[in-house]
This record gives sequence, structure tokens and C-alpha cells, in this order.
Amino acid sequence: MKIQIKGGRVVDPGKAVDKVQDVFIAAGKIVAIGPSPTDFDANRVIDATGMVVCPGLVDLSARLREPGYEYKATLESEMAAAVAGGVTSLVCPPDTDPPLDEPGLVEMLKHRARSLNQAHVYPLGALTQGLKGERITEMAELLDAGCIAFSQADVPLSDNQVLLRAMQYASTFGYPVWLRPRDATLARDGVAHDGQVATRLGLAPIPVIAETVALSTILLLVRETGARVHLCRLSTAEGVDMIRQAKSLGIDVTCDVSANHVHLSELDIGYFDSNCHLVPPLRSARDREALRRGMQDGTIDAICSDHTPVDEDAKQLPFGESEPGATGIELLLALTLKWGDEAKVPLAVALAKVTSEPARILGIRAGAITSGENADLCVFDAHARWKVEPGTLKSQGKNTPFSGYEMSGKVRFTLIEGHVVYEG
Amino acid sequence: MGFNPQLNSNGELQHLLTIEGLPREIVLHILDTAHSFLSVGEREIKKVPLLRGKAIFNLFFEASTRTRTTFEIAAKRLSADVINLNVGTSSQSKGETLLDTVANLSAMHADMFVVRHSQSGAAHLIARHVAPYIHVINAGDGRHAHPTQGLLDVFTIRHYKKEFASLRVAIVGDVLHSRVARSQIHALTTLGVPEVRVIGPRTLLPTNVSKLGVHVYHDMASGLKDVDVVIMLRLQNERMNGVLLPSAQEFFKYYGLTPEKLAHAKPDAIVMHPGPMNRGIEIESSVADGRQSVILPQVTFGIAVRMAVMSILAGNA
Repeated sequence: MKIQIKGGRVVDPGKAVDKVQDVFIAAGKIVAIGPSPTDFDANRVIDATGMVVCPGLVDLSARLREPGYEYKATLESEMAAAVAGGVTSLVCPPDTDPPLDEPGLVEMLKHRARSLNQAHVYPLGALTQGLKGERITEMAELLDAGCIAFSQADVPLSDNQVLLRAMQYASTFGYPVWLRPRDATLARDGVAHDGQVATRLGLAPIPVIAETVALSTILLLVRETGARVHLCRLSTAEGVDMIRQAKSLGIDVTCDVSANHVHLSELDIGYFDSNCHLVPPLRSARDREALRRGMQDGTIDAICSDHTPVDEDAKQLPFGESEPGATGIELLLALTLKWGDEAKVPLAVALAKVTSEPARILGIRAGAITSGENADLCVFDAHARWKVEPGTLKSQGKNTPFSGYEMSGKVRFTLIEGHVVYEG
Repeated sequence: MGFNPQLNSNGELQHLLTIEGLPREIVLHILDTAHSFLSVGEREIKKVPLLRGKAIFNLFFEASTRTRTTFEIAAKRLSADVINLNVGTSSQSKGETLLDTVANLSAMHADMFVVRHSQSGAAHLIARHVAPYIHVINAGDGRHAHPTQGLLDVFTIRHYKKEFASLRVAIVGDVLHSRVARSQIHALTTLGVPEVRVIGPRTLLPTNVSKLGVHVYHDMASGLKDVDVVIMLRLQNERMNGVLLPSAQEFFKYYGLTPEKLAHAKPDAIVMHPGPMNRGIEIESSVADGRQSVILPQVTFGIAVRMAVMSILAGNA
């Protein structure tokens, strides 16, 4: 199958390319960018005039809910949602049921995902057995089975000795450890940011120090162990400052933020909207501004969707009893463009946060448009406006705080290894 | 937040979920209506026919004999049919969801739900899911709101102090976990009380409590100085021995209301408490039963206020 993507604005953030040109694909690979190779006889020509052609998005956190939570979502539904969102590679956290702490589970997940011929799935292995925080997992076995790094998902470690040992062990082999900075005891029982909204609504608070105390512990342990650490879902201004300082001192860490936290604050909880019950909690407007600045100055490396499909029953409960999380993989592109627009950064800078940067964090050959590499691409109309209607989302989870929002940027084509897997 | 889920499209009270955001005129209308109901309780036949034929369900997902009883008396004095459900011990324990319980009771043609729940926002959730002709009264949800308590407190204050514009009011104790305190604060600020103070150790005050428009004190001597009203909050047993407080004794020593501490307030200051009281922990008996105490009148007024809310919601006042 030979495909010519014709006349699109090709934006390749990692290479600072932003130019109207054609992309030629054969046998799943990109064979040329710009002038047509000789004797290239396309089976299909995609007219991308007026559209943007960028690397397929790399999402650093998307829950697929399998195994164990098929009533919330299935691989079929979430992989379809991923490609509808222009996502061609995604990382799934290990908090499935059972958690991804055994090689067989990881192999099964990889096999199931591959058989769907959709986005590439990179599982995170559990850092501790059963995510219980007591015994570390067989990391080498898990890596051989296909895990890309190790994580506790949303379950914080309450025992710092276990954290130290896990980081030491992982660093022995150079395995990356992904950690959410959240102190287990300081965040205990909390459901919302310790701010004016939690005070008014009487919601149990999660203080900023639940993030910063954990962050300082992790940064000290990074210095101690030399572990490769990626910090997931920053949410506070103080946290961004700490990472900025750590990076300036040469501590080698990367970090991401969820698209929800880039655009929402505690005020969006309104009258107990459980769609805004998230982990970490939506914080103050000041925190949100700090996250946006951190993205702009490069302190924050990537944006992810933190896609978490939750069934309606689990959301139709009083705020504190509802299950945290929001669906979001189909909104990742639009929310990234919205940030780029509001921050007045060039399109390539915005797209880097969901393509080249997350690919760099993962150390995978993705997030770029390179001759000879897989043709994993997203073609989108940057100006097409659409309204978020949860019922029309491909994800089985309809739980989004952005319901009714007007968005700009609509995915028209998603290609994975040269196959058009989505047309919208 | 322009939208207010407790008002209908005409700006009338559809549900009573919280005092926050309620227009001052509606609060005053409730207080005035309550005043007109005060005499009903003093008559030989304590009944008016305003809600005859209406079915009011007391839906208590959390036990509370006192609040449930006052709502029941209020409904019966309005001639409504009252059905009491201690849901915490029945359908919920069989696995039925909150909204299923409500849907089933709605199918029994309820006109009004009086809801008590341990989770903040439970009454809002129910109000969002009931048919438009059903009214919801929040009888206490988690740490969030207890609006009829807040209203009866300002009713009591008005009864003794006549007007709000020159008052200093102190609220003492566990504000962090108190739905009562939040409703009192909103009621007092809505009615234009210029100085509302909260007094307590840092462990019992929300971090951002000053954002509610109150002044924060950590000691009784300065916090009670020249106040017109002292409102003591109930301290839950589980808060007394743990990380929030070292002991009930130490709390009483620093924050329990004694005649000596009350002497910092104005000589004619009134003392209030939402009940039930922990004597010797929040308040000394000599103060609870003393001449400045209006704790029992609060209970009497509470019935009139709840009658007012029910009749206004039903469109009869």
C-alpha cells in the first residue's frame, strides 16, 4: 500500500519542521518528505490541503481498563478512542485488576492490543507486587515481557524504604521509574484541593504539601540512587518550582501534566460535579497558571490525557464517594492546541508536548516524521470547531468535565504503520 | 457560578440545599414566614392545613433523632403525611444506590424529600435527579451544609438582637468538620452581619476559612471580646483523641465556654449551641443553663423555621 499525503502543513516538532509539503508512505514506512520519489505510484492520495500533518500523538497515560474493568471500558473501545484522538502510541498504567505485576499479564495485554492493529501500547509494570507497596516486582522479567517502565499508578508508596529499594533496584539495570508525587498520609481521605472550594463545599482536603513533600523525597532519592525518574501529573505551583530548581541543578528528571489540569481549576467543581473529581485534585487558578508557565519554559516536558474511563454508576454518587478520573484521550489534541493558542506559542511548540517530548521520555522511535521510520501520523484540521458531546465519544467512558466545551482542531486521519486506522 | 441549582427559572426557591448564594430576600422571607408560624406551636390544636395531602419523606442516610424529629413535627403541624426512612439501615445496606432509592420513593409519589447524608453534596445530587415537582431539603450533608440549622440560628439572633447590621458573632470549635458552621457563616454574611469570627485551634479550622469572610482567632479571650453572640459547635467524640486534639480536657481548658471566658463578650451576649451538647467539653453547665443561654429557644424556633421552608417550597407561603 502506497499513500501520498498531499499538500498538508507538515509539522515535525522535534526537527523544527513546519512547511507545506507532501509525505510519501510505502510498506508502512515513510519513504519521502517533500518531492516525490521516482516511480512512486500511490494507491491512495490523501488531500491534506489546509490541514496539519504531524507525528501521531504519544500519550503518556491512558487507562485501557483491561484486564479486570471491562465494564468500564475495553481494549476495543479505548483503542478506537485513541486513534480517533490521533494517538498512535500510548502508555497504560499498571492499575488493572489484577495489576500488571506478572509477565504473563503484560504479554497478554500486548498480544490483545497488537491483534487490534491500532495504537502501539506501552504498559507500565507495577513497581511493587499487587501495587501493595511491600515487595518489589520482577522488573527484568516484566521488561522482557514488554513493559517500558515501572510505576505505582495512583497508589502512593507509604514506606520510603520500599521506594528507596525499588529505585535502587531499577537503577541497577537503568529501568525508568514513573512516580506520582503524592504523600500517602498527607493525602489520606482527601478528595479535593485544600482551597477555597473544598472549604466552602465541605470536601475533605488534599493539601499542596501532599505533593511537595513527596516530591522532595523523590528528588532526594534520585540524587541518592541515580534512578531514572519520570514524575507524573504535577499539579501545584510549588511542585513546578521544585522541578525547575532541580533541573537547574542538573538533576535528571522529566515530568508531565494532565490536560485537565492545564485548563481546569478547583472552581470547575461548581456544585459537586463528580466529573471534576480527579487525582491529583484540580487545584487553584494560581497553580494552573504555574503549570502553564512550566510548560512554556520547558520545566514540564509533556502533556498527557490521563485518560480514565469511569462507568456512570461510579460517577453518579456524592462527590467524595465517586470514582476519580476523566475520559480524555479524544480531547488531548484539542486541549493541547487550546493551550498553545492561549499561551501564544508556535504550533510546533504545542505539538512537541504530545509528540516528540513524550517519545523522548519513553525512549521510543515515535513522535517524529522521519524517512525510513514507521508512518505513524495524525492529520488534523486545526480550524475545525466542534463541541464535546460525551455521547459521541468513542471511549466507553463518557465522564468528562469538558462536556459542552467548544474545541478547535479535529482529527481527520490517523495512520499507524502506513495504514489509515481512523478517518473522521 | 451564576446558575443556582436551588432556584427555579423564576428565581423562586425550588430546593433548599445550602444558604450560600441564596438571595437575601429569600432568607428574610423564610425568617418572616417562620415568625408567623411561631404561634402555631402555642395553640391547643397545633396544626394548620397548608400541606394537607402532601407526602414528605424523611430520608436519613445517617442517624439523627433530633433533626428528624423536628422535621417530622414541622411537617405534621402543616398537616402533611410524613414517612420516616432510616435508609442507612435498609436499602443502602442491601446494595441499592442512592439514586435508585430516590427513584423508588419518587415512584411512590413523594412531594418532598428531607435528606440527611454523611457525604457533602448528596442533597445536590438528589436534587439534580428528582422530578421537577419534587422538592429537596438538605437536612445536613457531610461537612457541607445544614441550611435549616443556619436559618434557625439567624432567626434566634434576630429574635434577641433585632437587627444584624451592628453585630459581632463568634463561632467556636470544630469548624473544619461542621456543616452547621458553614451554614451559619453564609446565613450571617448574607444578612449583613459585619463581623463573623471563628475561634479554634488550627487543627479544627479549614486552611482557607478566611475566604468565607470570617475573622480567625485561636484564643477565646481576644476572639470573644465584645461579641454579641457566641455560637458553640458540637465536638464529635472521634475528634477528641487523636491527631486533631490531644484530649477533651485540653480542649475544654482552652476553648470550652465557661463564665470566665464568656465575660469577655458583651454583658448581654447570647449563647447558642446546635445541640446535642457535650457538657464539660464545649460548654460548662452553668453557661448552658445560664441566663445568657438561648439553646432551648433555638429548638422551638427550629420547628417554625422548618415549617416556613416546607410551606414556601410547596408554594403556600
